[in-house]
Amino acid sequence: MEPFKKITAVGVPLLRINVDTDCIIPSREMKKVSKVGLGEGLFAGWRYKDTSGREPDPDFILNDDRYSDAQILLSGVNFGCGSSREHAVWALVEYGFKAILAPSFGGIFYNNCTRNGLLPIILAEEDIALLAEWVAENPQENRLVIDLVRQIVSGPEAVAFHFDISPQDKDMLLNGFDMIDVTLQRENEITAFEQQDRRIWAKLS
Amino acid sequence: MVSSLGDGVDLLYIDRIFLHERTGSIALKGLQEKKRPLRHPENVFCTIDHIVDTLPGRGDETLMMGGKDFIQSTRASARDAGITFFDIGDAQQGIVHVISPEQAIVLPGLTVICPDSHTCTQGAFGALAFGVGSTEAEHAMATGCLRLEKPKTLQISFEGQLSEGVTAKDMILYLIGKYSAAGGSGYSVEFCGDAVSALDMEARMTLCNMAVEFGAFTGMIAPDEKTIAYLEGRPYAPKGVDWTRALCDWQNLESDEKANFDKKITINAADIPPMITWGTSPGQAMALDGLVPDSAKMSDPHAQQAAEKALAYMDIHPGRPLSGLAIDGAFIGSCTNSRLSDLRRAGEILKGRKVAEGVRAICVPGSSAVKRQAEAEGLDRIFTDAGFEWRESGCSMCFYAGGESFGLEQRVVTSTNRNFESRQGPRVRSHLASPETVAASAIMGHIASPKEVEDGTL
Ligand code: SF4
Repeated sequence: MEPFKKITAVGVPLLRINVDTDCIIPSREMKKVSKVGLGEGLFAGWRYKDTSGREPDPDFILNDDRYSDAQILLSGVNFGCGSSREHAVWALVEYGFKAILAPSFGGIFYNNCTRNGLLPIILAEEDIALLAEWVAENPQENRLVIDLVRQIVSGPEAVAFHFDISPQDKDMLLNGFDMIDVTLQRENEITAFEQQDRRIWAKLS
Repeated sequence: MVSSLGDGVDLLYIDRIFLHERTGSIALKGLQEKKRPLRHPENVFCTIDHIVDTLPGRGDETLMMGGKDFIQSTRASARDAGITFFDIGDAQQGIVHVISPEQAIVLPGLTVICPDSHTCTQGAFGALAFGVGSTEAEHAMATGCLRLEKPKTLQISFEGQLSEGVTAKDMILYLIGKYSAAGGSGYSVEFCGDAVSALDMEARMTLCNMAVEFGAFTGMIAPDEKTIAYLEGRPYAPKGVDWTRALCDWQNLESDEKANFDKKITINAADIPPMITWGTSPGQAMALDGLVPDSAKMSDPHAQQAAEKALAYMDIHPGRPLSGLAIDGAFIGSCTNSRLSDLRRAGEILKGRKVAEGVRAICVPGSSAVKRQAEAEGLDRIFTDAGFEWRESGCSMCFYAGGESFGLEQRVVTSTNRNFESRQGPRVRSHLASPETVAASAIMGHIASPKEVEDGTL
């Protein structure tokens, strides 16, 4: 996974609440046992005029040319709630998103993001609203800056918001770590735990 | 817990991993591509439930384009990985969260994960059971562990007794309706109180099933004698002296009286009416005999906007009742409400009656074992005589994978857990309710309560 440090990019406001993973990538768009080929199905139910075709619905914001190269999504509470499908994150990443701003996230979705180099940022609703308004004035000019090292999102002049992220997630994103390798370095501890575990009744063979 | 990694993150040992062909296939493939061995294949189980057809006589072919590829690839990966696999046609096959308890793969005090958000269902057994993504499932299979930040804790106590005709499904819809679909965000929930203790194990699973629809990390219920009675003698339950040891450990699992929770919610069980959802989020729920809320009167502008969108999508009007609204479909199934007790209760209502003309009614038992037992009791005849389709077990039309659907803009009363836009098929309008309400609505041809079927009153 690609390391994330600092980006300056176009943001796109999709200020709906409870955007669930079925909406982000409808099940019918997950056609193969694969993590790729999903970008086209992103928000398919909203993005295209009908469910089988690919004719863009001009009313949907991602189809607005001014946002065509957006890399930052601004949304409402509980973004990514619902199904655990990691395909939602794979689709967002393939489409080109690097960060999502929302007041809260679905828990599984949040973890799926950090495991795939997509930065989930929790900001207060009014802060997101302010950034969204500024972005919408002139999407191509009014680019957002996200600095993961300093944990800051900046918008219009003198407006910058600090965000929280756990040190583990930050580390993982900054370095693009594959966590399986990192955890496997603790092989000794894991084996020791397995040998000491008193719950003999729980062992399967 | 294996060790603390600092900053509130723990390395947590994972005792059981369950997979299914929808999201588990990609996790197995991921490991195989990187040539990573599974640390404990004996702890890993896999079923075929999500994409497989539920039509009688099914095989690997599915109505969903490319579905066969998921099934066959999962089967091949599962064999290579040496994990336990419940295939199509096997006696143990079924929806993951139905068969894990049936087989006693989930046990009190264990950690159980599955790349599926409704893994919280299994918290009903006092296990720490939660949904993860495919990458996390890979991590757990390769290392035996997950890195986990400890969630905050929320105790939800349902005090007193439920009114007659009110079920676990109504309890959870009431909770989510009152505190919103994000109300449990960031919390691990423990359900307790007299009304929870009074529930049987199957109803407890219904309650925990929708903890994730409340935004919670998971839901759980402390084990008691009902838990133990349910598990004893099941295939993967500990045997002999191990069973005695397990019982001993489980006695210590109850949160002690003074346990500190970050937050507590108390609900008076008697306040809960039969519930149904009106919108496209499980939080958009109301009393079955109530009126659709008026979006114009909502104080939060985002909730208002969402409500307007949902009202338009569902084609319903504020201030009017939902009951009486004509329906096109009725669905009884899913990991929420497809167990034997659910089918029995629905069967009570269907017995000797007919589904209204023009309504497509489908019943999908949650597991092959549930189906066999239901057939032994003659429930299948009650359903089919009434005009229900009687299916093989699986997720079926709980979600639309590109195969079967009710059809554009059709209105469906469903015993499932998600009423999201297009969840049950493109532009399908789903109303979540208990199996009883689904059965009653199927008979009447409109949204109806069992009471209306019995004596014509609302
Ligand atoms: S029955 Fe529905 S909610 Fe349950 S696991 Fe299957 S698809 Fe998911």
